[in-house]
Parts: sequence; structure tokens; C-alpha cells
Amino acid sequence: MSEKFDCIVVGAGPAGISCAYELAKAGVNVLLIERGEYPGSKNVMGGVLYRKMMEDVIPEFWKEAPLERPVVEQRFMMMDKESAITVGYKGMEWGQEPYNNFTVLRAKFDQWFAGKAVEQGALLVNETVVLECIVEDGKVVGVRTDRPDGDLYADVVVLADGVNSLLAKSLGFHKEFRPDEVALATMEIIKLDKKTIEDRFNLEENQGTTIELFGDATKGILGTGFLYTNKDTLSLGVGSLLSGLIKHKIKPYELLEYVKNHPMIRPYIAGGEPVEYLAHMIPEGGYKSMPKVAGNGVLVVGDAAQLVNAIHREGSNLAMKSGQFAAEAVLLAKEREDYSEATLNHYKTRLMSSFVGQDMKKYKDSTHHFDKFPQYFEKYIPMANKAMSQMFTVDGTSKWDKQKKIWRDVGTAGEKLKLARDAYRAWKVMK
Amino acid sequence: MSEKKCQTIEEKQYLVRFNADTKSHLTVMDADICLNHCPDKICTIFCPAEVYKWEEIRMHVGYEGCHECGSCRIGCPHQNIKWEYPKGGHGIVFRLG
Repeated sequence: MSEKFDCIVVGAGPAGISCAYELAKAGVNVLLIERGEYPGSKNVMGGVLYRKMMEDVIPEFWKEAPLERPVVEQRFMMMDKESAITVGYKGMEWGQEPYNNFTVLRAKFDQWFAGKAVEQGALLVNETVVLECIVEDGKVVGVRTDRPDGDLYADVVVLADGVNSLLAKSLGFHKEFRPDEVALATMEIIKLDKKTIEDRFNLEENQGTTIELFGDATKGILGTGFLYTNKDTLSLGVGSLLSGLIKHKIKPYELLEYVKNHPMIRPYIAGGEPVEYLAHMIPEGGYKSMPKVAGNGVLVVGDAAQLVNAIHREGSNLAMKSGQFAAEAVLLAKEREDYSEATLNHYKTRLMSSFVGQDMKKYKDSTHHFDKFPQYFEKYIPMANKAMSQMFTVDGTSKWDKQKKIWRDVGTAGEKLKLARDAYRAWKVMK
Repeated sequence: MSEKKCQTIEEKQYLVRFNADTKSHLTVMDADICLNHCPDKICTIFCPAEVYKWEEIRMHVGYEGCHECGSCRIGCPHQNIKWEYPKGGHGIVFRLG
């Protein structure tokens, strides 16, 4: 089947589907290749889908897409072993159109989304692995699949093959990632009665909560946990840099069990029944780990291009935007009948001048910083918990004396200076 | 005793649907490295599905339960794992998340 397409998109996740959707809509002959049984069968995320970037692809998608709950409250827990400082925001404006974000279950959502691309005219082929790009005269001209006679040709190939990004690596666009450039996350979907979820999270019908967990959720190593409400399930997960798991010799599923049994989390999930266990990597290298994203006859989008904003737990939205920009570049190349890197680089220009590139740059040092200086998670979060405990425990000590004690407990003058310096540094990598 | 109970990895894996291929997509390239040059055998710790198990003198690779995350390829301190995707349509099948 030595067929020729205008464009081949490898991988039916948010980036690949967005790209295929836009191209099909514009009348381009596009093939979308998925290695799983169906789109979503290999795809994992915590579960937050941002409305804006999805709407940029399909207006008012929330009227028909399989979503779980619109998120009306976002909480952040700074956890110690038996305590937590919680901050959050809840707003009713997020509970109505046009919404801010939704919890989703990817196996359902991705299938629906890919179906929409097919409606636009994209050809979807499942259960097919792309083994390598076919390169002729320094230009990608197609893909080699694991099907019999599985060479397929196209003017341009879009690599949306996810975090492992094997195809871009084989083209020499990036080296193998290091263990401190990826996070390993595990999660469970926990079945719980709808009404119980609403009672426990102080929600009304069709409202959802997200809780991000810092500190003891990852036993003080760099990482985060999360607890999200779906319709009649909860998504509870924990992720940390692979290098952290290696250094501390922690089994990821034991870390997940630790979070499940944490006294701040246990009551939320009590009586729930785990119905699925999932593991996945997250690209966390940021801007400095981004591969080359455009070449002769080829573009790299989504996780495959390391497009994740770890600080703000954004990824699928960056993926969708990158897919759209890639489609734009393909259309431009088609118009010019020139699929060289020079033309396709339009994608890179658009990507890097948009919020995607800007945010990647803004947080380029953040993960590295918190990885290099473990005291934020190991020391300062427990310290803050202790300070809150002391301040709010009424025991006959004056508030002045309490404040003095808290300040004394920070340590020597040198340690106080270090705290101030770390606070400044944290601000610097986040500003 | 509180109601603390820990689920084992076997119990977790039981919740997942796999459509295993007959051939492994994960290959330990040089068995001697695991045996003689890798005292930590860290893959047996960080693999989220406990695919890698050390059996006295050799590494057992239970590829059938692999989540295809890619951690072993990146985390092996000796880059001793050849990592491919399972054949199209095979391997893990997530139904929900």
C-alpha cells in the first residue's frame, strides 16, 4: 500500500488530532496513525482539559464532548506528614459558559476528538506503529509502519508520538532524555458514588474540584500529587522526576499508596474502589530540552516536542495549540509547494511567539531549580506547616512570643539568610 | 490499627487490560551488565509495573504487564534496555484515564 498523502500525522493525542482536524477541515488529504486499539488507549494525563485551546479547535465542544466536570475550584495543599496548608480559589464564573477547564478521562475523550477529525475528512488508522521516518535526500518523505508493505508517503509528516518521542530522536532532533528531564507519574481511577463526591468536595451537580499536592505527597522529593473529581470517579496520582525516584530508591506505586493513605487524602477516597491503574511519563525538561521542531518535510508537536508547563500543570493545551500551528505551517507549505525546513519553520516562529513558547521560556529554569535545591520541598514546606500549627494553637503563649519562637526555629543567622536567598531565587525562576 | 491498607502492585495490575503480544518489545541487551556491573538493579525499583524482576542470575522481563511509559529506557544507568513499542494494537489498553 504505497499510497501518497498530503500529510501524515503520527499519534492520535491532543496535538496530533488537533493538527489532523485543522488540515482535514481545510481540505487536505491527511492520514492520522495511532498505535493503540483506539485513540486514547495509550494516552494518560491527570485529567485537566483547558477550554480555551480546545475551543480554538472545536467551538462549543462542551455541548457534545464526553467531559467529566467543569472545574469551579482549584486548591493547592502544602503537605507535611500529618498536616497541610491549603490555599485555593473557587468561583462560580468557572461553572458556566464559557468555563475555564474540565476534568476528562482520556480514553473516552480522545476517541471522541479523533472521531471529530474523521468527520472533517481525516483518515484514521489504528493499531499501527510507525517504526521510522523514511528519509530521502535529507528530507522526510513518509513513514515505515509495522504493517505488511507498510511504507506510506506524504509531502509532510507531523510527529505527535508523545513523550518518548522516538521518531524525532531517530532523526537526530534530540538526544535521549535524561532521568531529570522526565517525570514518572502513576495514578488510579477510583470509583465513588456521585453524591458522595459532591458532598465530600462541597460541590453541586456538574461542578468539579482539582487539588494539587506538594511536599509530603512525594515524601519531600521534587514532584506533585493531584486529586481531581470526575463524574463518578476520582483521579488520584503522583509524579516525580525519574531521577528523584532513582536517587531515593522509591517505588512509584508505593508512593501512590503512601498518598492514598495520607491522613489529608484518605478521607476523600474512603470507600472508593480503584478501577484502573495507569503509569505515564511527563516531559519536564522544559525549554532547554525542546528538540528541533521543524525540518525538511517534518514537524514535531505536543509532548514529543516537550511542550509541558510543569509549574502550571499545563500540557494538553500546549499540545493542541502546537497542533494547530503545525497545521498552519503545512497549509502554507502546500500553498508554496515547498515543504523545506525554511518554509515549515513558520511553525516554530508561531509557536515560540505565542503563549506556548513564552511560557516555556518563562519557566525554563524552574524545574531545574527546585531539583537542584531540594530544601523547598524537604525543609520549607514542613517548616511552614509547623509555623501555622504554632500560630493557631491557643495555649496561653502570646502571639509575639509565638512569632519569636517561629523565627528562632528557622535556625541560625546563616540559615535565615539562606531562607531569604532561597525565597529570592524561587521568585527569580518563576517571575 | 487504623484502616490503613496497602494495595500491592499485583492488585493494581489486575485492574488494567493488556493485549499482550507473543514477543517482547523490551530487551536486555547485555545480560552480563545486569549480573556483574549493576549492583542496584534500579529498574526493579522504579518500573511502575514491576516488569523487571531479578532472578538470582538473570533479569526477568515481564513485558506483558508493561505500561509502555519508557522510564526503563531512560533510567537504566547502563542504557542496556532496547525499547520498542509493542506491535500495533497490542500492549496496554487504557479504558478510562
